[in-house]
Amino acid sequence: MNEILSLKQLSFSYEDKSILENVNLSIKKGDFVAITGVNGAGKSTLLKLILGILSPKQGEIEILGEPMKQFNKWQKVGYLSQQVLKKHQQFPATCEEIVKANLFSQIGFLRFPTKKHKEKARAALEAVGMAGYEKKLIYQLSGGQQQRVMLAHVLVSEPELIILDEPTTGVDQEAITAFYELLKKLNQEKQMTIIMVTHEMQKSLEYVNRQIYLQEKQVLEA
Amino acid sequence: MEIFQYAFMRRAFIVGIILAIIIPCIGVTVVLKRLSMMGDALSHSSLAGVTIGLLLGINPVLGAMISCIVAAFGIEIIRKKIPQHAEIAIAIIMSTGIGIAGVLSGFVKNTANFNSFLFGSIVAISDFELYLVIGIGLIVLLAFILLYKELFFMSFNEKGAELAGVPVGLVNSIFTILIAITVAIAARTVGSLIVSAMMVVPVACAMQWAKSYRQTVVFSALFGVCFMIVGLCLAYYVGLKPGGTIVLTGVAFFMISIMIKKFYRR
Ligand SMILES: Nc1ncnc2c1ncn2[C@@H]1O[C@H](COP(=O)(O)OP(=O)(O)O)[C@@H](O)[C@H]1O
Ligand SMILES: [Mg+2]
Repeated sequence: MNEILSLKQLSFSYEDKSILENVNLSIKKGDFVAITGVNGAGKSTLLKLILGILSPKQGEIEILGEPMKQFNKWQKVGYLSQQVLKKHQQFPATCEEIVKANLFSQIGFLRFPTKKHKEKARAALEAVGMAGYEKKLIYQLSGGQQQRVMLAHVLVSEPELIILDEPTTGVDQEAITAFYELLKKLNQEKQMTIIMVTHEMQKSLEYVNRQIYLQEKQVLEA
Repeated sequence: MEIFQYAFMRRAFIVGIILAIIIPCIGVTVVLKRLSMMGDALSHSSLAGVTIGLLLGINPVLGAMISCIVAAFGIEIIRKKIPQHAEIAIAIIMSTGIGIAGVLSGFVKNTANFNSFLFGSIVAISDFELYLVIGIGLIVLLAFILLYKELFFMSFNEKGAELAGVPVGLVNSIFTILIAITVAIAARTVGSLIVSAMMVVPVACAMQWAKSYRQTVVFSALFGVCFMIVGLCLAYYVGLKPGGTIVLTGVAFFMISIMIKKFYRR
């Protein structure tokens, strides 16, 4: 099986505060991985290292088969950060506008979207069960619906790997179940590799095939 | 209409309407990216250029443009030096700008002329400034339209935009220059101390009613044009300073808009 992500002897610290030490991790195509750990354990930091937002002090990262330094196919990686929705309680945009934005790599710099792109955005919304919400303002939806729209925003560019940082905080139980069902479907039907930080350890166990625990600067496989 | 008999009023309306379209366009991104401090800093810095222009006999609007661009890059440079405290960079440049303007204004002979740049003037627009505003206005509008989807993506999710391949650094630099030159050309008509309010008030009104990002942009420009026309007319007939009148018109609209919304919700 081909490896989507590999961390070798990875260490990272913020100035003098060490977060990760000699971490090794290998994630294969089609894995659905839940990362858990207490607040401040370094889960978000780990994701930012994987995304090249932060650079390791030591060690190597390979992503989609290429060393991090050479990797430039970021449009194959979808990322939903922890604060993207919290930062904008009232961001005035429709679901379609939000989803279409992430078609940038297909539309191109300084160029305009066409009907084809609109159609793709509509299809992505349909895939997350939000058909018919194209023209709705995102902030008028429930927390669970907003998360689905954000997932469509990530999925519309057809990534091979998606990385989600606590996507279900502030979402009610029923919506969480539906969200996990949806991820599982994507994982099984499209072989999409998913790495998700979550606090719902018990619940996520029903859906993921791997659970990783971050503790004392190490990753432990459950 | 009597108001259009005078060439200076016709000029004021042309310049005013162009500004009323481009300032809120820039304002949408400024509001959504929470950059209004940046607008304040640049508008205060533009006054330094205005005074230098007045002292050296260069066109003050041109002076404002140069000082705004220098200030914008000054902010970027200081920001890189102290990345943890981006807001300090803005405060330092703002202090430098207003400080230079304050000291040098003591040497300006024609204080009435200087004052007109604080709160705007409708009688003073020269032919050169008219063409400058038309030219720069078109450039800003074109850049805004071309960068529309990039600016939207970056306001909403800058990290995501970067991963998707948006040249975030380049777009940010271009946008900073757009703010700088917009603030500068607005110095004469709207006034340096008023222009950053003109970036925010129409957008605040638009956000009350808009049902999409596109509508937010269009409504902001429409509100901007409304405030400008009403403000300029009031300024002319009642003899008020245009900048303040335009912004207060906007604030009044905003209040009414909030009340209408409340009323309809009941
Ligand atoms: N930019 C930063 N600079 C310094 N310390 C940071 C920074 N970001 C996070 N930290 C610290 O690193 C630790 C891990 O943070 P984070 O990865 O966000 O944890 P988690 O996502 O597991 O809650 C925390 O103690 C946090 O305070
Ligand atoms: Mg976190």
